[in-house]
Amino acid sequence: MTAVAEGLPGVSRTSAVERKSSVTARSDRVRLFFQPVAVIVIVGAVVVWALSSDLNANEQETLNLPTILTLTGQHILITLVVSVLVVAIAVPLGIALTRPGPDRVAPVFLALANLGQAAPALGVIVLFFLWTGIEGLWAVAIPLVFYTLLPVLRNTMVGIQQVDRSLIDAGRGIGMSAAGVLWRVELPLAVPLILAGLRTALVLAVGTATLAFFVNGGGLGELIDTGYKLQLNSVMYVGAALAIGLALLVDWLGGVAEQWLSPKGAE
Amino acid sequence: MTVAMEDTETKAVSGAEIRLENVTKRYPNTKAAAVDEFSMVIPAGRIVVFVGPSGCGKTTTMRMINRMVEPTSGVITIGGKDALHIDADELRRGIGYAIQQAGLFPHFTVAQNIAVVPGLLKWDKKKIDARVDEMMDLVGLDPGTFRHRLPRQLSGGQQQRVGVARALAADPPVLLMDEPFGAVDPITRGNLQDELLRLQNELGKTIVFVTHDFDEAVKLGDKIAVLGDRSTIQQYDTPDAILANPANDTVAGFVGAGASLKQLTLLRVRDVPFDTDNVIAVDHGDAPAQVAEKLRLADRAYALVLDERQRPLRWVHRRELAGRTSLLDAGKPVGDSVTTQSTLQDALEAILTEGGRAVVTGARGELIGTIDISTVTDVIANVRETHADGGSA
Repeated sequence: MTAVAEGLPGVSRTSAVERKSSVTARSDRVRLFFQPVAVIVIVGAVVVWALSSDLNANEQETLNLPTILTLTGQHILITLVVSVLVVAIAVPLGIALTRPGPDRVAPVFLALANLGQAAPALGVIVLFFLWTGIEGLWAVAIPLVFYTLLPVLRNTMVGIQQVDRSLIDAGRGIGMSAAGVLWRVELPLAVPLILAGLRTALVLAVGTATLAFFVNGGGLGELIDTGYKLQLNSVMYVGAALAIGLALLVDWLGGVAEQWLSPKGAE
Repeated sequence: MTVAMEDTETKAVSGAEIRLENVTKRYPNTKAAAVDEFSMVIPAGRIVVFVGPSGCGKTTTMRMINRMVEPTSGVITIGGKDALHIDADELRRGIGYAIQQAGLFPHFTVAQNIAVVPGLLKWDKKKIDARVDEMMDLVGLDPGTFRHRLPRQLSGGQQQRVGVARALAADPPVLLMDEPFGAVDPITRGNLQDELLRLQNELGKTIVFVTHDFDEAVKLGDKIAVLGDRSTIQQYDTPDAILANPANDTVAGFVGAGASLKQLTLLRVRDVPFDTDNVIAVDHGDAPAQVAEKLRLADRAYALVLDERQRPLRWVHRRELAGRTSLLDAGKPVGDSVTTQSTLQDALEAILTEGGRAVVTGARGELIGTIDISTVTDVIANVRETHADGGSA
């Protein structure tokens, strides 16, 4: 058979592809290893330093492990709620807006999401509070969903639209249903882009969740705020270091998810 | 007709006849129909090639058969069954579909790609696995090596083979192929075409093949439909009928220069009346003087020297025999020869290199006869005459 002869160009092309991806894969692996290590070392050092130094009464009020853990927990909860809501809203919406028919109103939704992201997060949070009077977790989570929707929505749509039309044609042509093509071809091939969008959204959410203290939502913003108002530098340091560390950790988790959930063979 | 056609008469046919009656496709907001009142019968177990310029609607016409394009009006039946009033997905699972650049799913392995349609048809896993291996063998890819590869780890030609395997996996009676070999290099394309003909010889599917390459159409088609604007049928006939007698200027333009030379690729030496007694054949052990006498009596200039198994060795001229003791070093060796399986194109090549007459040999290399340029020209003239009255459409 000629399969052997034809195998030759195939082999060289394959190795070229693998070489290229192996370089990026290696840099990704390095980053995936060092990022959490760096986060743990830096955040741990700051917290240990703060807790073990001579604290006055005011500092002891906030700089104790239970308070730090509670505030961190609140911060993580806000981020979690926001990400779950964003995925639950943006992915199905993004899919729907790429279907023939609804795709005509896609610009409207994209414009709305753009608006959400363009508006300053603090403004959106405060306006939402003034308008609804809600306080606490939901007063932060709902405006933040609006604020972080765009990356996931846009990446879901782009991810599906960039799937080679001939694959969809081939899928339908051999008898897969429209839903079958969506589930087995379009969505898996869009997963890398959707995850990249989610990663961006999560980093945005974790960063802006520091504004939650404005509407009584808790979170690490409270440490920074307290430290600032009472001029307690150590409290500010701990709050800032934890917020940054959490953002980097979330970014790392996103990277891990991209690495593991992206289908093989889809570049 | 040629022997090639008779071969297909006798082989197993698993294909189904496709009928299109007054099939029209009209897109909204356009005045002219994309395909206008298209009617054609595609015989079971044959390869019919739609050939025509880009944008003539040949792909649209083909895609209406599996309703990737929904006809606006008309009737399409496959194996007598109405194709337009059943579920489109069900219909397509019973029709093989191969497209340019194969359209393999990049995140599926070769085996998963081939298994898609059997999976949709809910075959059990064992049967699917066995079928995948069978299909990979059929298209010449070793299952052990390639089953778990991803499409991007294959060459273009290998991807195309997987594409054909996927199209054939559920053993559909009908196969639609939309320029499947358009994106591979010429050598691989030639190989894939040969492979398809071999497969078709085994399987006897009804194949509708779309291409803009007329030579590909001549090579693959049992019948060729030359299509013009809005998919109007300019000519629908066998390749040799179209080559011999293009129905109009459009077809002639598409056939292009060298129609007679292309014709020669369709005919084989066994199909033409080559000379079987027009040469003086002598044994290599004969005495040269005896041979010279024989030639003088027959009033001929050349003799053909054979070995003990009747295989042609040398051409000798009467003048070259004087004073020789053996025939084995007289004259010049036979260079290019042809067999009864050779195409007339090969024969013409041999005639030209041998200087006017080429030796025709049988399966074991034994002399059967000779062929000269007048045989070739007579055949071409004959074919043209046969098809001059319009032939059968």
